[in-house]
Amino acid sequence: MQQQPGIEAGATVRALRWTIPLAIFSILVAFLAIGLYRNPQEIPSPLIGKPAPAFKLAKLNAPGETLATSDLKGHVWLLNVWASWCVSCRVEHPLLVQLAGTRVVPVYGLDYKDNPEDGAAWLARNGNPYTTSLVDRDGRVGIDFGVYGVPETFVIDKAGIVRYKQIGPLTSEALEKKILPLVRELQR
Amino acid sequence: MIARLASVLLLFALFPLASPAAAPATDPPSPGAGNALGMTAFDVRLKRLEAELRCLVCQNQTLADSNADLADDLRHEVRALALAGKNDDEIKTYLVARYGDFVLYNPPVKPITWMLWFGPFALLAGGALVWWIVLRRRERSTAAPVTAATKAEIATEKRARRLLDGEDDLPA
Repeated sequence: MQQQPGIEAGATVRALRWTIPLAIFSILVAFLAIGLYRNPQEIPSPLIGKPAPAFKLAKLNAPGETLATSDLKGHVWLLNVWASWCVSCRVEHPLLVQLAGTRVVPVYGLDYKDNPEDGAAWLARNGNPYTTSLVDRDGRVGIDFGVYGVPETFVIDKAGIVRYKQIGPLTSEALEKKILPLVRELQR
Repeated sequence: MIARLASVLLLFALFPLASPAAAPATDPPSPGAGNALGMTAFDVRLKRLEAELRCLVCQNQTLADSNADLADDLRHEVRALALAGKNDDEIKTYLVARYGDFVLYNPPVKPITWMLWFGPFALLAGGALVWWIVLRRRERSTAAPVTAATKAEIATEKRARRLLDGEDDLPA
């Protein structure tokens, strides 16, 4: 009878001996499982929640005119980074044309590291969804926006704060589930 | 003796922690002078800086190693900033503001990266602790002198085991 507590303690230690490693192993498996479903190409942008970088760039369709970030204050707008040399831009382009047709939100284009003539010709061929496209010939503004893979799309609010960044081509899913609801909320 | 061995091991395990924390402070600033020798020092500095920065397109290459178009642009950017008199930390801050911590090959030590920096050492320390406990227990069970008390303990334990095994030796 006196031995009873000792035996119980022994049983607990024995139970811990396999439950602790099992718990550690489960946590490890959980982390690795989550890791499997993440896209390493998608680097979270440090710009989210910060003011959109200031730029002043020539318009693609009117090289004499410029547009600056400050000109767009008071509007919710999308900035789509594209180029005539960019293959996956062709994938998202019909979606952009369709979006422009709905007139829900103005889409501004950033023709990134592109020859303006090639860019203009590309738009003439594929349709122009952009309110205005800006020429970023040397990619300087692209660097300010942290662009590393074209296409990229930014949602910018009335105060000029970057609210969302889509890396890679737009999908109708991303548009319906994330971008458009966010735009409607920001426009309120 | 074992305890001392364990503490030495622990110390050994924790020692490398000092180096990543101290590294930024020991970076010698090497501003380029105008002459040919100065330019080489400047190039060496740029090369070293580029080796600490990640190419965002290829992800597993440094800016210095990559042939990607963006890496080329960023190398130019780094050079321009360095020529404008920015020091290494300012250049890194400039890139981190645009591309995030990912652009640094050495992740900065901050709460979200504590697991990354200290996790392996914590695991090692935990392992050493378990090892030490096991060794100590084994040492105690084999080397401890058999006293009257332990003899009595062993006797009761044997009796308890017999009881558990179903052997009934209780007086009727």
